[in-house]
Amino acid sequence: MEAASAPASTLEAPRTLVLGASRRRTGEALIRALLFCAALLSVLTTLGIVFSLSKETIAFFGDVGIGKFLTGTEWSPLFADPKFGVLPLVTGTLLLTAIALVVAIPLGLGTAIYLAEYAKPRTRKILKPMIELLAGVPTIVFGYFALTYFTPEVLNGLLGLDVPVFNALSGGIVMGFMVLPTVASISEDAMSAVPGSLREGAFGLGANKLQVSLRVVVPSALSGIVAGIVLGVSRAIGETMIVLIAAGQQPNLTFDPRESVETITTFIAATAKGDIASGSTAYKTIFAVGMTLFVMTLAMNAIAIRFVRRYRQVYE
Amino acid sequence: MSTQPQSSLRSVSGAARTKAIAFRIAMLLCLMASALVLGLLIFDVLGDGLPKLNSALVSNFPSSQSARAGLQPALFGTIWIIGVCLVFIVPVGVATAVYLEEYADSSKWWNRLIEVNIQNLAAIPSIVYGILGLAFLVRGPVSLGRVVLAGGLTLGLLVLPVVIISGREAIRAVPPSIREGSMALGATQWQTIWKQVLPASIPGVATGVILALSRAIGETAPLIVVGAATFITFNPGGLVGDSAGFSALPIQIYSWISQPQDEFKQLAAAGIVLLLGVLVIMNGAAIYLRNRYENKW
Repeated sequence: MEAASAPASTLEAPRTLVLGASRRRTGEALIRALLFCAALLSVLTTLGIVFSLSKETIAFFGDVGIGKFLTGTEWSPLFADPKFGVLPLVTGTLLLTAIALVVAIPLGLGTAIYLAEYAKPRTRKILKPMIELLAGVPTIVFGYFALTYFTPEVLNGLLGLDVPVFNALSGGIVMGFMVLPTVASISEDAMSAVPGSLREGAFGLGANKLQVSLRVVVPSALSGIVAGIVLGVSRAIGETMIVLIAAGQQPNLTFDPRESVETITTFIAATAKGDIASGSTAYKTIFAVGMTLFVMTLAMNAIAIRFVRRYRQVYE
Repeated sequence: MSTQPQSSLRSVSGAARTKAIAFRIAMLLCLMASALVLGLLIFDVLGDGLPKLNSALVSNFPSSQSARAGLQPALFGTIWIIGVCLVFIVPVGVATAVYLEEYADSSKWWNRLIEVNIQNLAAIPSIVYGILGLAFLVRGPVSLGRVVLAGGLTLGLLVLPVVIISGREAIRAVPPSIREGSMALGATQWQTIWKQVLPASIPGVATGVILALSRAIGETAPLIVVGAATFITFNPGGLVGDSAGFSALPIQIYSWISQPQDEFKQLAAAGIVLLLGVLVIMNGAAIYLRNRYENKW
């Protein structure tokens, strides 16, 4: 980047001395300003998100009180006698995320180890896009799959579990496969970045491929692996459609995966679907809950970025 | 590099070797699990949806009777929204990418802020963009109402980071010698960008735009929040105003999934087959562009 712009400034200086092309240079400055404005739009987007969320959230806390919101165990904001305890939504979100991670972490890491350590370059070239294909499937399709195939055929049929149509388990497991490509692809990048000399050193000491993978490559790539997992968590927390379709909409303070739960995202989608009046408490709840979601994912992303930087610094 | 030490170990410990083979197979199975799920998913959707995938699906309007229900307004809604999205993300995304790659001095804090911010935007849940659209575009300062323009812009903001990030990569791949040559011939910086750098990076930028649009087509949650209609009996008639209410393919699919009857689930599956078909074509086009027009400098 610097390399490209540096010659520009050194070359332009003598040319202006000869030609004095002042008109053209105002044009150049104008274009630069326009491009900067376009870049600024992304910052404005973030500001817009923060502003719109916090404005209504503050109004909401004026109505409800922050203590009741954060510690209340009942969530029924649209009832005649509304209760605004966000905990059932948070536990619902965490339950779904945990189930997804139980699927995504082992399978994602296994996939990454196979691709980085075992697969020949040509097989890797075929297998990696297949994993990425999974990441390109719209989440509503995963939701349909969880509801019409995974719950009745796999959970009820194959495993003989007595779960209702809407349950956290099905949504969570299918969401695990949605998150898996994120975990696998970032971990695989980190493992491929581990220098070959480390592997050769271990082989030279008599280690076999299993020992090299688990005791040399995985520990060396750990910060990248953690980054992949954290980004996976962030995707799972923010996922809406799979949960909305397959896990039902019961605000339920439970960690039982067989039950139906409501998450932060499903509450937002389900509430916004009905035409609610601006300024009503129900309207403000969307924002208060959205703020909770935003803060959770922002924290996850900040952690992930820190870990990614660490593994890049070590080997590049 | 690995065979030599392994073969000397073989005589030492057969158990270790069995363990190593078992591990290798376990890792392969992890990878195959994804393939299995992808296969089952496609099998399930095709099995349910193919019988209903016919011209009536595309030409009919939604109906409470499954035999007469179709998704024409949703299809047109998606086309309108993606059109708005395209018109928005191409200029803004490319301009941002050009600014960050060609002009921005990354030692300045505001330029670093823009970069970090774009990384963060890419990871914000899509439903939060829906809330932004609801608060700013549908109601609040802009107050467009539940119209095509609001839906398209919301999705545009959502996928903008994809365009910016791939655009930057495409621009970075143009070697500095091209720029130096252009400027040595007397071109200004903008002339160099407009006549040399951007034309050379078109395949990369186009690939990014197609991938961004294919993400936008499948997004459901933000459109639910922004207020896409699940039951609508007309095609969108404009960007804003009374006739600009809209539905979209994934919204229609979701609406059908929510119905208890199996016939509607089959319609949903047919809609999914249509959606996946469009996505396969778009991704195929992206891969073709990348391979066909890739410049080797």
